[in-house]
Amino acid sequence: MSLKHKDLTGIASLNADEIMQILETADSFKEVTGREIKKVPALRGKTVVNLFFEPSTRTRTSFELAAKRLSADVINFSPSNSSVVKGETLLDTARNIEAMQADIIVLRHSSAGAAETLARGVKSSVINAGDGWHEHPTQALLDLFTLREKKLELKGLKVAIVGDVAHSRVARSNVYALTKLGATVRVVGPPTMMPACVERLGVKVYYDLDLGLRDVDVIMMLRLQLERQGRALFSTIREYSRLYGLTPERLKLAKPGALVMHPGPINRGVEIAPEIADGFSSVILDQVTNGVAVRMAVLYLLSGAGH
Amino acid sequence: MNTSSHRHILIQDGHVIDPGRVNAVVDVLIEDGTIVAVGPQLLAQAKGKNTSVQVIDARNKLVLPGFVDLHVHLREPGFEYKETIKSGTAAAAAGGFTSVCCMPNTHPVNDTQAITEFILEQARTAGNARVFPVGAITKGSEGKELAEIGDLRRAGCVAISDDGQPVMNSMVMRRAMEYALAFDLPVIDHCEDLHLSEGGCMNEGIVSTQLGLQGVPAAAEDVMVSRNLALAELTGARLHLAHLSTVGAVRMVREAKARGIRVTAEACPHHFTLTEEAVRGFNTLAKMNPPLRTWDDVHAIKEGLRDGTIDVIATDHAPHAGQEKQQEFAAAPNGIVGLETAFPLTLALVEEGILTLEAAIEKLTAAPAKAFSLSNGSLAVGAEADVVIVDPHETWEIDPSRFRSKSRNTPFAGWKVKGRVRMTLLRGRIVYQAEEPLQ
Repeated sequence: MSLKHKDLTGIASLNADEIMQILETADSFKEVTGREIKKVPALRGKTVVNLFFEPSTRTRTSFELAAKRLSADVINFSPSNSSVVKGETLLDTARNIEAMQADIIVLRHSSAGAAETLARGVKSSVINAGDGWHEHPTQALLDLFTLREKKLELKGLKVAIVGDVAHSRVARSNVYALTKLGATVRVVGPPTMMPACVERLGVKVYYDLDLGLRDVDVIMMLRLQLERQGRALFSTIREYSRLYGLTPERLKLAKPGALVMHPGPINRGVEIAPEIADGFSSVILDQVTNGVAVRMAVLYLLSGAGH
Repeated sequence: MNTSSHRHILIQDGHVIDPGRVNAVVDVLIEDGTIVAVGPQLLAQAKGKNTSVQVIDARNKLVLPGFVDLHVHLREPGFEYKETIKSGTAAAAAGGFTSVCCMPNTHPVNDTQAITEFILEQARTAGNARVFPVGAITKGSEGKELAEIGDLRRAGCVAISDDGQPVMNSMVMRRAMEYALAFDLPVIDHCEDLHLSEGGCMNEGIVSTQLGLQGVPAAAEDVMVSRNLALAELTGARLHLAHLSTVGAVRMVREAKARGIRVTAEACPHHFTLTEEAVRGFNTLAKMNPPLRTWDDVHAIKEGLRDGTIDVIATDHAPHAGQEKQQEFAAAPNGIVGLETAFPLTLALVEEGILTLEAAIEKLTAAPAKAFSLSNGSLAVGAEADVVIVDPHETWEIDPSRFRSKSRNTPFAGWKVKGRVRMTLLRGRIVYQAEEPLQ
């Protein structure tokens, strides 16, 4: 069993069946991660390169664990201590890696489209681990996996995505994934943080968090990127937190038993109250656990290991 | 075909279109680089005077004034790896352009007589097309202090612009417009509010949202068009607006012209042919400034061409090396080459019924010449023989590997288009001749 694509550059290029195929494959790998010996030989002899131009601990570690549990050889490549500083282009860096017989390149880059640009230029499979504001497909897949695990039925599920939607690859990928599987999606945030024509993505827009949270089944909080202050996108952290922070009172506006998600890392007390992050509504840590299984599934399916 | 020995050329039986003067199947007789007669049955007259006359059979072809492009980037001095004056003018000739105005965003910027003279000398040596330099408005195009505009004029500049950049400071733009009056120079602005466009690399809209790219709203252009029109009204200057791309810009120019404000406007073929959809897949060959926008904007540009709001078609020919465009989208430079694709894309407007054939030709010849007070752009008797012969029926495939330009950055690669330049004459000398059709 394998995906018909060479690469996974975004949810936009997957249909609902392919998404389900990945989630179902992840089911079996989740079982592996629960074993005593957390290893299967599926990718033995294959080389996976983590090419991270942007710093990241959790995603990179997650991919590294996933590849190692599949018995692949893993190389971590962070350009700060390499030839990119000497002016080598993205494509040349990748071609050099490819020349070392890398089977799969996992790319994180600050530029939207970097994964697609890379995928077109190398024969290796490319997995997008986050390209600028564009997409973070494995995040959306693990989010869906988590919901499916807890909720079972994605069709008709009411989901609110809250925060800086315009600059969030997690939001984009989730909007695509959730709408493709029939969920009802709302985006909530200040007007300055809503992308142009966002309703045309099939979502409903709310500027008021209390209204946006009413009766939802799932609340997906996005991290406020503090470095965005100073570009007139929001006023102060204090104001942002008062208007768009998830508090226990606001959580009550959602359906009883609503789940709270966050891609991490969280800004405690800014977009999410600590007691919620640590509370029983939160599935944030499940997301992290499931990330490894989902990434194992993606690596497995792209490597064509099923053939 | 021997290009140098024939001083006398008879272009026979072509459909001659000299907008406003001739639109008929007649002959054109050229002697010593000058048009001496345009009319029927000139063979006798030609043979009568000269023993050696080159007869060019132009049956079923159009015989037009050589095109005039008010907006090209020849990249020399400083960026010769992208294009040189020699290769850029060769590309011009291949596209049917006998006159081009080159923008000053070279390195160094053309803000002095010395650079202007260098450009003119390079163009003279290359001999492929006439080059009319556009000088900078401000020193280094930094937008602060006026360049030596009088000197630039004397050296041969035909207009001034800080192209690549807008002149952000309205006070500086006002003074530039006033100062330019003394030299009767058109002042060109690239209309973009840099604060509104900051970080943007494509049109702001549904596509930028889906691709996660920072967009540039149409308002970034409209705000500056409005500002420039107000300043033109204040100063009485000759304002020329480069590469209009929005509904709002066209509307404002239409209204300003109706009120008698002295403004000319240009549009580029890519802005009346493509939309932001061409960017999907992060296609850097569709990345330019101003960006490709929506169908509404394309329709507005076409309507503006039709009703005369937009006077001129110009290419904004912007060569870039292959490796530069092969970068991540946000990092890739803006612009596409355009000299060798402009004619068929313009002809498509005639097919669509937007323009008559004569009106389309006028946008490429008489209108640009008039906007910058150039004496070229016509087939009048006594004019120097800048002529282009085109086959309006020939279909061909755009193949960048066959471009005369050094650069290949076009989104039209592989397009099957209609209308091909067969021959270009500069001062009565053949500077370009197409290979035979491959069919």
